[in-house]
Amino acid sequence: MTNLSFDDALTRFEPTLGLEVHVELNTATKVFCACPTSFGSEPNTNVCPVCLGLPGSLPTLNEKAVESIIRIGLALNCQIAPWSRMARKNYFYPDMPKDFQISQYDEPICFDGYLDVLVPDQDGSTTVRIGIERVHLEEDTGKLTHAGGSTGRIHGADYSLVDYNRAGIPLVEIVTKVIDGTKHAAPLVAKAYVSALRDLVRNLGVSDVRMEEGSLRCDANLSLKPIGSETLGTRTETKNVNSLRSVERAVRSEMVRQAAVLDSGQKVRQETRHFQESDGSTSPGRSKEQAEEYRYFPEPDLLPIAPDAAWVAKLKSELPEAPAAKRERLQAAWGISDFEMISVINSGGIDLVEKTIAAGCDQAAARKWWMGELSRIANELDQELESLSISPKQVAEVESLIQSGTLNDKLARVVIAAVINGEGSPAEIVANQNLAVVSDDTALLAAIDVAITQSPDVVAKIKEGKLQAAGAVIGAVMKATKGQADAAKVRQLLFERLGVSE
Amino acid sequence: MSNLSRAELENLAKLARINLTDEELTIFGSQLGLILDSVAKVQEVVNDSIVPMSHALPMTNVFRPDVVGQSLSNSEALAAAPSTQDHRFKVPRILDEE
Amino acid sequence: MTDLTKLTAVEIATGIKSGDFSAVAVTKAHLDRISRIDSKINAFLHVDTEGALSQAKLVDEKRDAGKALGDLAGVPVAVKDIFTQKGVPTTAGSKILEGWIPPYDSTVVSRMKQADMVLLGKVNMDEFAMGSSTENSGYGPTRNPWDLDRIPGGSSGGSSAAVAGFMSSLAVGTDTGGSIRQPAAVTGTVGVKPTYGGVSRYGMIALASSLDQAGPFARTVLDAALLHKVMGGHDHHDSTSISAPVPPIVEAAKSLDLKGMKIGVVKELSGEGYQAGVLSLFQDSVAILKDLGAQIVEVSCPSFEYALAAYYLIQPSECSSNLARFDGMRYGMRVAEGNAGVEEVMSATRAAGFGAEVKRRIMIGTYALSSGYYDAYYGSAQKVRTLIAQDYAKAFQKADVLISPTSPVTAFKIGEKTNDPMAMYLNDICTIPVNLAGIGGMSLPIGLDPADSLPVGLQVMSPVMQDDRMYRVGGALEAALLNHWGAPLLDRAQQL
Repeated sequence: MTNLSFDDALTRFEPTLGLEVHVELNTATKVFCACPTSFGSEPNTNVCPVCLGLPGSLPTLNEKAVESIIRIGLALNCQIAPWSRMARKNYFYPDMPKDFQISQYDEPICFDGYLDVLVPDQDGSTTVRIGIERVHLEEDTGKLTHAGGSTGRIHGADYSLVDYNRAGIPLVEIVTKVIDGTKHAAPLVAKAYVSALRDLVRNLGVSDVRMEEGSLRCDANLSLKPIGSETLGTRTETKNVNSLRSVERAVRSEMVRQAAVLDSGQKVRQETRHFQESDGSTSPGRSKEQAEEYRYFPEPDLLPIAPDAAWVAKLKSELPEAPAAKRERLQAAWGISDFEMISVINSGGIDLVEKTIAAGCDQAAARKWWMGELSRIANELDQELESLSISPKQVAEVESLIQSGTLNDKLARVVIAAVINGEGSPAEIVANQNLAVVSDDTALLAAIDVAITQSPDVVAKIKEGKLQAAGAVIGAVMKATKGQADAAKVRQLLFERLGVSE
Repeated sequence: MSNLSRAELENLAKLARINLTDEELTIFGSQLGLILDSVAKVQEVVNDSIVPMSHALPMTNVFRPDVVGQSLSNSEALAAAPSTQDHRFKVPRILDEE
Repeated sequence: MTDLTKLTAVEIATGIKSGDFSAVAVTKAHLDRISRIDSKINAFLHVDTEGALSQAKLVDEKRDAGKALGDLAGVPVAVKDIFTQKGVPTTAGSKILEGWIPPYDSTVVSRMKQADMVLLGKVNMDEFAMGSSTENSGYGPTRNPWDLDRIPGGSSGGSSAAVAGFMSSLAVGTDTGGSIRQPAAVTGTVGVKPTYGGVSRYGMIALASSLDQAGPFARTVLDAALLHKVMGGHDHHDSTSISAPVPPIVEAAKSLDLKGMKIGVVKELSGEGYQAGVLSLFQDSVAILKDLGAQIVEVSCPSFEYALAAYYLIQPSECSSNLARFDGMRYGMRVAEGNAGVEEVMSATRAAGFGAEVKRRIMIGTYALSSGYYDAYYGSAQKVRTLIAQDYAKAFQKADVLISPTSPVTAFKIGEKTNDPMAMYLNDICTIPVNLAGIGGMSLPIGLDPADSLPVGLQVMSPVMQDDRMYRVGGALEAALLNHWGAPLLDRAQQL
């Protein structure tokens, strides 16, 4: 099979996307029992007869979970079903205590909505409307750890261990309609959609949406069809796509892979594939894939959900400002271009920037820190921006230390790294580590005098009026003071010493 | 109708995760065919205008407040498990080597 | 000296309260009888001697301290092995759960404990409540105290036999298609299936969730009402539990007044397939009810013809899903050979742990829910359910309660129908419509069939949450029959 480049692939095929996003709600208790949902507890301690599926136990539906999904549906411009039922999805798997999952089948609570997302392009950005097919409620499964074997993966493991703490955590599944016509932009559209959805859900306060903790998970369905064809191609479902960057990479690599398969005259197999973070590729899932027969039927232990119009209206009136509206408002307030705004949105840091500004920071500086140094660190640590252990208030504090002359840019980076490293607040770090800009002229003058005696040639040039030569001396002074000096100040003192003026 | 074919039965048994012996396959084949013939009678009387009844009582919206309650301890949770390790349920390998 | 096992629950509770005898004495009398005769009956799967005696002791201490006691304080009760009881083995009559000790109490169990009742132990049943004879138990059949070669009904056959055999004053059972009423009928006891949602299902191992309902067994209608009251009422652990209070069933059982009451005889629940003695005793009771001042009307429920078919789709479908969890991963049996993978271990465990009837019904349910067949089978069955509920609604416009025989036949011989599932299913022809509609139903003894000298039961059906009506009819008919017989029917059973 020949490999096609991404661009080559696009000359012959066009992609059709479908995205399924699972969001773990941040309710205090599980969806069908009163066990806590806390992350990171000892294994099998957030469990009870209900979420262990013990004989005789019965589910009871968490009201907050229902309220949360309706709010998500409303924010996604969905219809809210006046009557819907939970359904059992029957299949055997050891991470599922009852060997069925309580989910929803043909009666989702929310359906037929849309989300407008901003996708970057050469001209700045384009708004793409993503149709929402359905939003439904279901329960999460337990967590499997595979032991033995060589790889630590499911294949070839000798046995597996199950922790049911996660079993029964409320999940909201958001399924898009078919996304067509995105062509080259498909990977970016996918990423922008997940990013926008994450912002929307976070904005509602119904989930922590931390992709690295698995509280937002994405499955990407993708098929290719020959350009101009009306018939959809065979699709694959790529699971395990757990970061924004991965969404883009997974779609891209699956487009390239399918194009190569089709190009060599073979057929794409309808299958589940797994995304590999390491190299950005996808690999086939279960080897013994059989046609699934889930035998859905209405869950007899739970009663239909029939939200009355007044409740839905109340929830709608209480929705926070939509991210799109917020984007427009902030862009206007900050007075920045589409392009600059996109980069803020795509970084996932819009709230962080807003909060940093609210804490007293200048907007340009706030963006500079979050988009620049902090994004770089997040990338390095393979974390999302908001999970960095530095708060917007602390970033604003660093910036105000720069404004007051206590820190320069270089020292500020050292302070930020130290804050993230858990060494204290910016002020504490400056004090404890003696990082403030050196402003005692005596010490500086001494350093300047040393530098002058060491570079007589340069000094001569400066005295002749070649002021640009001063850089070498200033550099030497900065080096001697370990960067704690303010370069502008050094320059000023040097010229005074040499009796020249700018 | 008819007995269920052996293939149909085997597929059902696989879906239901029950190993059936040859003898069981033979007996169940005729018994299930008979039962299914008999229960197919429900189709005679229904039409599209009848609303299916999934619950015995016409109640809706029974919810639980989002308040944390009592969980089991790890030892209670694992007490009946056929096999455990590291405070977890130990289960046989899930898939064969590819 | 009084034989404490022959007393009614009311007499036991009154005697303990007034100090005529102690709860410990009552408990010991029953434990003694169990150890003396249960080897012949096989009603009990587990006798909780220690737990029962310590609970009885607590009741006596409470009484001695002058503290308030529940209506049924100190009264012994046998618990169908389908209810979880913390620390007490619970098997649902299945080998797959052998040795399982639940870490929690079912609501029914905890309410009986709170009411100061004495739980004697767990009694036998058809495996996972699938059956009408208790022959499908993984732990051997239970025998009918009237005739040890015959079945005690099912699936709650351990409950009916324990009460009929005077091993327990009261028992709890569950009824998905008749599993309380039919065993009550064939053992000469009173059995009640409350309105669906009237008693919490929490901790009751599910057979068919939309049909299952727990209820009491007793030797009198009033005793049944008292136990029903203890068990019943809203429970937030069960979403399908009704929030309204239990109807005034105890008062109704005592009322004995049927004047002005309209009683409907269901035309479709008689005729071919019904034993002659069953029909004639039923007619005798109709005459008695008329004498008591009730107005008898005939009602027709044409859709009942499809009830059995609908039931044998809905019940196996829900059961195929409910029983999926018995897979050998978290509790119960695990059959693992060599280096078998998880699918093989699950399949081998379920093959070894489930009996033939359970396997049959899981297979039918799996079939009926499959995508190609759902509409034709499960979907149609749910529509039939609607038709049956509509038939009842119309009938209850004409009558306050409905009546029919409970079972077309008296207790049959052990082994007689085990190889013919369809013949076995016909036992529940009169009781199944009640579960499909979610209404209340009671069976009470109305005499012995002259042909075989075995008990016959009459079924009283009342609308949703009007359970008091069936108690009113049952209480009045029972009093009239007792007056006619001169002694309780069970006195005519053989001495064991």
